[in-house]
Amino acid sequence: MKGIRNRGVAFKLFLLLFAGSFLVFFLVLANNYEISRGIVLESVQANASLLTQSTSNRIGMVLSTVETVVQSMSGLLERFSLEPDDLPRLVQGVVTDHPNLFGSAVALEPHAFAGTPDCFAPYAYRGSDGVHTMFLDCDTYHHPETDWYQIPKHLEQPVWSEPYFDEGGGDTLMATYSVPFHRTDQGQRRFAGIVTADIALDWLQDVVSSIRVEETGYGFLLSGNGTLITHPRRDLVMNETLFGVAEMLGDTRIRTVGRAMVRGESGFVRWKSIVTEEEGWLAFAPLGFGGWSLGVFLPEEELMEGASRLTRNVLFLGAGGFLALLGIVYLAAHSTTKPLRALARSTMDIAAGNLDAPLPRVRSGDEIGRLTRAFEHMTRALKEHIRRLTETTRAKERIESELHIARDIQMGILPKLFPPFPDEPQFDIHAVIVPAREVGGDFYDFYRVDADRICFAIGDVSGKGVPASLFMAVAKTLIKAVAAGGAGPAETLRRVNDELAVENESCMFVTVFLGMIDLRTGRVEYANGGHNPPLVLPRHGTISVPPRVAGALLGAMEGLRFETGSIALKPGDTLFLFTDGVTEAQNERLELFTDARLKSALTAVREKPLREKTARILDEVRAFAGAAEQADDITLLALTYYGEEGRDRESSPADAAPLPSERREHGRN
Amino acid sequence: MRLFISLLPVFLFLWAGTVHAQEESPVTVSFLPQWAPQAQFAGYYTAYEKGFYAREGLDVTLSTGGPKHPSDRSLLAGESQFATLWLSRGIQLRSEGHDIVNIAQMIQRSALMLVAKKASGIRTPADLNGRKVSLWGPLFQIQPNAFFRRRGISVQVAPQSSTINLLLKDGVHAASAMWYNEYHTLLNSGLNPDELTTFFFHEYGLNFPEDGIYTTEKMLYEHPLLCRAFVRASLEGWRYAFAHREESLDIVLAYMKRAHIPASRVHQSWMLSRILELMAPDGNFDALGRLSQEDFERVTSVMTEEGLIRRAPEYSVFHRSFCERD
Repeated sequence: MKGIRNRGVAFKLFLLLFAGSFLVFFLVLANNYEISRGIVLESVQANASLLTQSTSNRIGMVLSTVETVVQSMSGLLERFSLEPDDLPRLVQGVVTDHPNLFGSAVALEPHAFAGTPDCFAPYAYRGSDGVHTMFLDCDTYHHPETDWYQIPKHLEQPVWSEPYFDEGGGDTLMATYSVPFHRTDQGQRRFAGIVTADIALDWLQDVVSSIRVEETGYGFLLSGNGTLITHPRRDLVMNETLFGVAEMLGDTRIRTVGRAMVRGESGFVRWKSIVTEEEGWLAFAPLGFGGWSLGVFLPEEELMEGASRLTRNVLFLGAGGFLALLGIVYLAAHSTTKPLRALARSTMDIAAGNLDAPLPRVRSGDEIGRLTRAFEHMTRALKEHIRRLTETTRAKERIESELHIARDIQMGILPKLFPPFPDEPQFDIHAVIVPAREVGGDFYDFYRVDADRICFAIGDVSGKGVPASLFMAVAKTLIKAVAAGGAGPAETLRRVNDELAVENESCMFVTVFLGMIDLRTGRVEYANGGHNPPLVLPRHGTISVPPRVAGALLGAMEGLRFETGSIALKPGDTLFLFTDGVTEAQNERLELFTDARLKSALTAVREKPLREKTARILDEVRAFAGAAEQADDITLLALTYYGEEGRDRESSPADAAPLPSERREHGRN
Repeated sequence: MRLFISLLPVFLFLWAGTVHAQEESPVTVSFLPQWAPQAQFAGYYTAYEKGFYAREGLDVTLSTGGPKHPSDRSLLAGESQFATLWLSRGIQLRSEGHDIVNIAQMIQRSALMLVAKKASGIRTPADLNGRKVSLWGPLFQIQPNAFFRRRGISVQVAPQSSTINLLLKDGVHAASAMWYNEYHTLLNSGLNPDELTTFFFHEYGLNFPEDGIYTTEKMLYEHPLLCRAFVRASLEGWRYAFAHREESLDIVLAYMKRAHIPASRVHQSWMLSRILELMAPDGNFDALGRLSQEDFERVTSVMTEEGLIRRAPEYSVFHRSFCERD
């Protein structure tokens, strides 16, 4: 099946037409055969009927003569009271006058009438030297017991006897026609005896065996008991009845037909030759004498020879035409699909990537032509598309590389050296930034403003990408410039806001939390430009938020007022700054990380070294977000004040800076 | 075939009353079955053709019986030393004073029957009342007459020829038939068994054993060993026929063809099977040839009732068994 499915269109077309036309051809042939057989069968049936009829007539002519003679004898005996002495002359005369009679008898019923002898039956028969008359011997041959006498007597009608071999022990087959006659005595009509005539049946056997139907057809005659009187199989004749043959062959069909024949029916049935075992038909009809029946076997094969020849002729003609048709179909299918195959080859090339592969030249406007043009169109469109795609890809690659550079730059402007102030054991600061895209809008910064103070800031520019990062760079630079000038946190933010708002045509803004820590006291002064308030993680006790101070996001409008707030960090306290990328981090179920989670995470890392704190918080946020895409930059900045005790009390050496040189310089000593 | 008609009269008394083995010249005896060749006598023809008689030192002349050569007449006239007769005929002859002896009773169960077409409305014995029934000769009328008398049936008897055509052509309503012969002829004339009503006399308390082998008292007295040899070879023939039916049929059909008798193998096959069944109704082919006293007495009493015999012969005188297999 799969094999055919994968074959070419020409093959399928060929196969389909082959199957279709074969079917049509077969049906036409079968129909032709059936019809011609039907015609032949009709004529066979008609001929068989004629044959049986004519044979019956030939036999009937002879037998009816016999019947007429015997019946007229009976009439004579009834009408004229012939004396027994007259009877020998009567039978002698009848046999002499009718050459087709073998013998004739008048048998009187014993004691039927007064004076009737006990046994009186004159019989004339034809011998080799003329007609002789004798009296049937009553001692050894008691005629009143014989079939030829008893049957017509009891039936009171003329009867043909079953055929028999003559008494002389010869092979002559005989039959006797017996007619009862009556006489009226004292006004009473009484049975008086039987008149008979015997005829030899050899001529009958000749008539029936002369029936020839083709080579192996034959005729046969059945007696009233079903005995085969004539048959081509000599061994059966007079030995078997048709029922015996049925029993011998174990064929119940023969018995059924035999029953119909002895019942005197006519018919035309399927039959198998008893001689040659050929199949055929049997036509049978009653002979009209003695309940005898004539059967004619008609051999099918020979009779159907004409029909078979016709069918063979049609078969050869048809097969020739069929083959020619197949050739034409094959050529047609092949030439029609030739451009299609060429197209298939070209398109295979195209599919393999060779868009410049030549397509077959189109001459026709049919489906294949249209398909070829469509392919042409498609390759052109494909080429154009690929060209554009190549350009776009190139542009995208350039932008990506630029963005990469931008990120490098951006990251470059953020201090990344930790610990940044190895000379200041009173505190440590650490920050991480994870941009949501290549270039983020978050930033952090810290730097020394004077001998005792360190300024630190965290900010979040509205928007993302390159514009945000540019704005961030400006804001960060401004903050650093202003703060370095000695301004306090509020003043710094005020001046930066004014500066940013002046020529902020893109309407970008930034939130900033800015703090300055006095390393001697741990006091932190701060101002907040609309940023998330930081969290204070004390060495002991609960997390708190520094007092709110007035302030708004920077860059939106000029002349904003900012307040400075202040908190005092005790040694061991940590100030934790973050952007909203932390608390608003989303997981796949769109849940936020929230302040609450942040606080609990912070509490959990209270005892950890500073760097681990930020790393753990970041891990926590990432674990929470899972596979969800990071929507915003995440920035953390943590600052721990150690006071005069310094960083020495911090436990693990593992929290040391990534740079061993720094550690060596500013480590535990 | 080695059938030949011995023109020599058989003077058996010339021999010493014994039959010796083959080295001596064979004793010529004549045997007449009661009817023309057919499977009814398959065992005898087989015994002859297979050389069983010759092996016993017997040169048997097998003659053809029938109405023209009645076996009883032949036996009584001394033309045949052995003949088959019906038991009833044997009893009749013996009671009439003829010194014949039954030396083997072959057919144990009566095959005689009455048969009618169901179409004539005959289903039970009573349906025969007032009907035309064809019957064979006196010997074949003993059972039917007893059957009718016992049931108070009166029928119009028509003489029946040797065929069954009178019934086939509806000349009579019922006819006598032998189960092994005419009954099958009816079937093979196109009548189906279910279209026939049958009355088997053996089913009506009238079981008359039929064919038996008979010889004369004189023969038996003078040549007991010869008689014994004849019976032994005959039984052997029957046993062989039982074991080799087709071969026996071939033999029988050959005899029939020679006698110009219509020979239907199918019919003879039926006959042989039935005859074998009737000879050994119990299927025991080792115990052939015995006449039971019970059967004997049934036949004599019916025959006495029917007035056919005045005095029944003695069983022990009538039947001398040679049937022990040795």
